[in-house]
Amino acid sequence: MTAIADPAATRTAALKAPRAASGRPRRSPAALRLQIYHHVVLILGSLLMCVPIAVAIMSSTFDPVVIHSEGLQIGWGDRFVETYRTVLFEGSGFTKEIDGMLMLGNSMVLGLGFAFGKIVVSMLAAYAIVYFRFRLASLCFWVIFATLLLPLEVRILPSYEVVQSLGLLNTYTGLIVPLIASATGTFFFRQFFKSVPDELLEAARIDGAGPMRFFWDILVPLSKTMMAAIFIIMFVVGWNQYLWPTLMTTEEGYFTIVRGIKQIMQVFLGANIPDYNEALAMAVLAMAPPALVVMIFQSMFVKGLVESEK
Amino acid sequence: MKKVQFNERWTPWLLLFPQLSIVAVFFMWPSGQAVLSSFYIEDPFFGRSVFVGADNYVDAVTGSAYARSAWFTAGFTAAIAFFSLAIALALAVSADAVLRGRGPYKTALMWVYAIAPPVAGLIGVMLFDQHIGPLTDFAALLGWDMQIGVDYADTAVAMTVVATWKQIPINFIFFLSGLQGIPRALKEASAIDCRSPARRFWTITFPLLAPTSFFLLVINITYAFFDTFGVIDVMLKGEPGNNPVSLVYKVYLDGFRGQDIGGSSAQSVILMLAVFALTVVQFRLIERRVHYA
Repeated sequence: MTAIADPAATRTAALKAPRAASGRPRRSPAALRLQIYHHVVLILGSLLMCVPIAVAIMSSTFDPVVIHSEGLQIGWGDRFVETYRTVLFEGSGFTKEIDGMLMLGNSMVLGLGFAFGKIVVSMLAAYAIVYFRFRLASLCFWVIFATLLLPLEVRILPSYEVVQSLGLLNTYTGLIVPLIASATGTFFFRQFFKSVPDELLEAARIDGAGPMRFFWDILVPLSKTMMAAIFIIMFVVGWNQYLWPTLMTTEEGYFTIVRGIKQIMQVFLGANIPDYNEALAMAVLAMAPPALVVMIFQSMFVKGLVESEK
Repeated sequence: MKKVQFNERWTPWLLLFPQLSIVAVFFMWPSGQAVLSSFYIEDPFFGRSVFVGADNYVDAVTGSAYARSAWFTAGFTAAIAFFSLAIALALAVSADAVLRGRGPYKTALMWVYAIAPPVAGLIGVMLFDQHIGPLTDFAALLGWDMQIGVDYADTAVAMTVVATWKQIPINFIFFLSGLQGIPRALKEASAIDCRSPARRFWTITFPLLAPTSFFLLVINITYAFFDTFGVIDVMLKGEPGNNPVSLVYKVYLDGFRGQDIGGSSAQSVILMLAVFALTVVQFRLIERRVHYA
């Protein structure tokens, strides 16, 4: 995709459908019909993506008894403040010591720690691979590359045993560091550094800059946008981790909010009239921070996603 | 690599140290352990390991549960890839062609990317619930009595719907980016030569998107294999019973619930080989993609 990304062509307003033969800017009936078709498709698509979430948000504001007898609700119930206060501040789980705020805090630690750790570790590694001539450089590259082949899910049991034998169960280190092992970030920064002109390094060396000086004064400032894009993507990926936190954290004090979904499902099963509203409120709290991040930084996020997969 | 490089002896190793140590401890060690223990049977009571050669592999592959899970995974993957790619492509074509409101549409169509699979699974459980689920009510109107968690096929359908829905945004983002990468001159030329938009799509745009589609196909297969764990786990409500499970979920079930470490490891290794093959295919396709451009 590298070569087709001609910046002048990315704006495709040019596809203003077949213009009338005279070249007048007025659109023909056929073009108008086509526009209407596109709008219908997009509206249906937007409904498909947004209505399930809207129903979840709206239902979370109703009384569970109402939901139980009448099904999921559309509209705005009277339980909004009460439900969210319960979920955020009142203890749940076995020990009754863990509330929504604590889980949101743990998720924040995981999301930020994962994004930050990944960027630091992978930038340093990519810098070494691209800018240094040393023996075994290509071996290092292939070793790191191998991690892309095997996601954590396929080696989940031995990974658990390793973390257990290191005594890292129920710690933030054990939660975050094994997830950083996959080298997606390293590859992204490697691609990016390779696209930085060689002249910059030549000039820096003539001026007497050493490797650390070059990294801090030239490479880091140049990579700022890329770092921000990767940070956003990695934050969302980290926040949304499920399997690893589920296995790793048995103490409720370390539960993330996404991990808490599993917990709530188990409480949910035993109940006569389950607290549908609280389960949905929990889901809303679990999705809100990453969703807001994606919406606010949309263009940066899309750029990072598309570029990093090249 | 760069033509100009630093020639230092220790600095690169210092820079690589964090990455390499994490890879060694949390990747190579467990992966090696998985391969190793796939050849042993561990005795849970005495803690002894007995070398059994390829027995674990034979047992894993010939078990009826494995075949069932493999068939489910194949169907699940094919359905997710087909439906989410088709829907995302239709949406991307329209989002590329529409003249007004592209921004809001884009946001509405892509933000679901941020939702974690288990959260999507929880909402799916609610929507397909026997008592409160509107989708179950809708199915009942069509004369279909959906019983999620009880009926194998119904559960499989519900999981597929949720997992497909969750995957639409990422496909949409890449298709839209692919469409916007098609040179303007080509689009204009095709608009002059061919008046039928449908035909223009199938003869010009679709072939030009082929590299993006192949690439996305691999992404979707990987997603269906691994990232759907959360959807499956939540939708099963932790009770696999007679319900459909993917191969990755089975690795987890046999290893953590069944305590069958050898069998679980053997299944892990089989999956590793599958992913390895998939990655090789992906890289060959990426090479080809450059030729297209």
